[in-house]
Amino acid sequence: MAGLEIPTWDPETALLIGTILLEAIVLYVGYGGLERLFGPYLMKLLIGGEANAR
Amino acid sequence: MLDSLLGGLGILETSPEMLALFVGFGLVVGVLFGFFGMGGSFLVTPALLMLDYPAPVAVGSGMAFVFGTAVIATLKHHDLGQVDYKLGAIMITGTTIGIEAGRASVYYLESLGLAGGIISVAYVVLLGGVGAMVTRDALNSDGGGGVDHEAADRDLDEYEIPEIAKTIQQTVRIPPMVTLRGDVRVSAWVITAVAFATGLLSGFLGVGGGFIRMPAMIYAIGVPVPVAVGTDLFEIVFSGGLGSYLYGQGGGVDLGIVAPLLFGSALGARIGSAATAVVDADGIKVYFGGMLLIGAIAVGIGEIGSYIGNSTLELLGLVLVIGAAVVVAFAILYTTVSSLRQTRRQATTTAD
Repeated sequence: MAGLEIPTWDPETALLIGTILLEAIVLYVGYGGLERLFGPYLMKLLIGGEANAR
Repeated sequence: MLDSLLGGLGILETSPEMLALFVGFGLVVGVLFGFFGMGGSFLVTPALLMLDYPAPVAVGSGMAFVFGTAVIATLKHHDLGQVDYKLGAIMITGTTIGIEAGRASVYYLESLGLAGGIISVAYVVLLGGVGAMVTRDALNSDGGGGVDHEAADRDLDEYEIPEIAKTIQQTVRIPPMVTLRGDVRVSAWVITAVAFATGLLSGFLGVGGGFIRMPAMIYAIGVPVPVAVGTDLFEIVFSGGLGSYLYGQGGGVDLGIVAPLLFGSALGARIGSAATAVVDADGIKVYFGGMLLIGAIAVGIGEIGSYIGNSTLELLGLVLVIGAAVVVAFAILYTTVSSLRQTRRQATTTAD
């Protein structure tokens, strides 16, 4: 067993993880916006006619 | 500038075919995660291992993917008020030590040349065990495994504490005691022990650990289901973030894998989550259990193929693991659209 390791500051790795965090936030906001914009149209397309029938 | 940044992070080194494969696989994994509330991340690390990525890259990238997915899901649960930050903060401590112990084990086994084999075997046992448990519960059709979507809509005070949690709360009374959401009072040591055990698993296998941590929070700590789900996700943001950072320092996180997976899974999770409002999860849970069992067999076949140097067996394992996930994801989408159409037909008939 290699023992416990205290994480050391590494700007390149921090940038890598920060990029993933940023991507996740952008995707949450972006897909949320797209859902509001195109959701009703897509539902209509998928089930045909009035989507709010359910 | 953007090219050099993306190139430096490794995303431009992935071929367009692989990017498309990862986006598609992410979409499938996202649908499963959004619908069942767990399980999607299980498939990423074994699939990467079968694609011949080194064990630290497969586990590290799998963990970074879990981190990104957890960030998105926590934002949603925070909006619904289902995150207990006190419970989350205590669990983070235990999980951090557990993850580090698990991660150190992977690098130690890698130095002995045993990491790929042992991780695959652990996956076979874990996928097989959880798959068998979920299938049995689904066949008995009284819930269990995954998120109880109806339960998630009830008030927190309406939840009954499971008997086993009551026993633990009454017998383990080592101070400090903490009060959690839903008026649950439990020893901080119980929370820390649960956190360490699941953190160890996370660090070793690159999974979020939610499929064990969530039932552990419900049955060992006694928190209401929605709080267990929300807090688990909040906790995975930290554990997954730290785990990804540590793996990233060792070159184990490949953004060329994580970014397209996340791009697909964020969309898939929205679709899967919306499908829960339409489809009865119990009906599909049996497919989910079956998918985990097939996943276990696939990892086993792939590992035998790799051991005896038979590339056809390795390919068969990969096709099985991805195929099983694709079939279940399509079953969810098909059932959702069919249910919606049926509901609409009934509504139209009633209106007539």
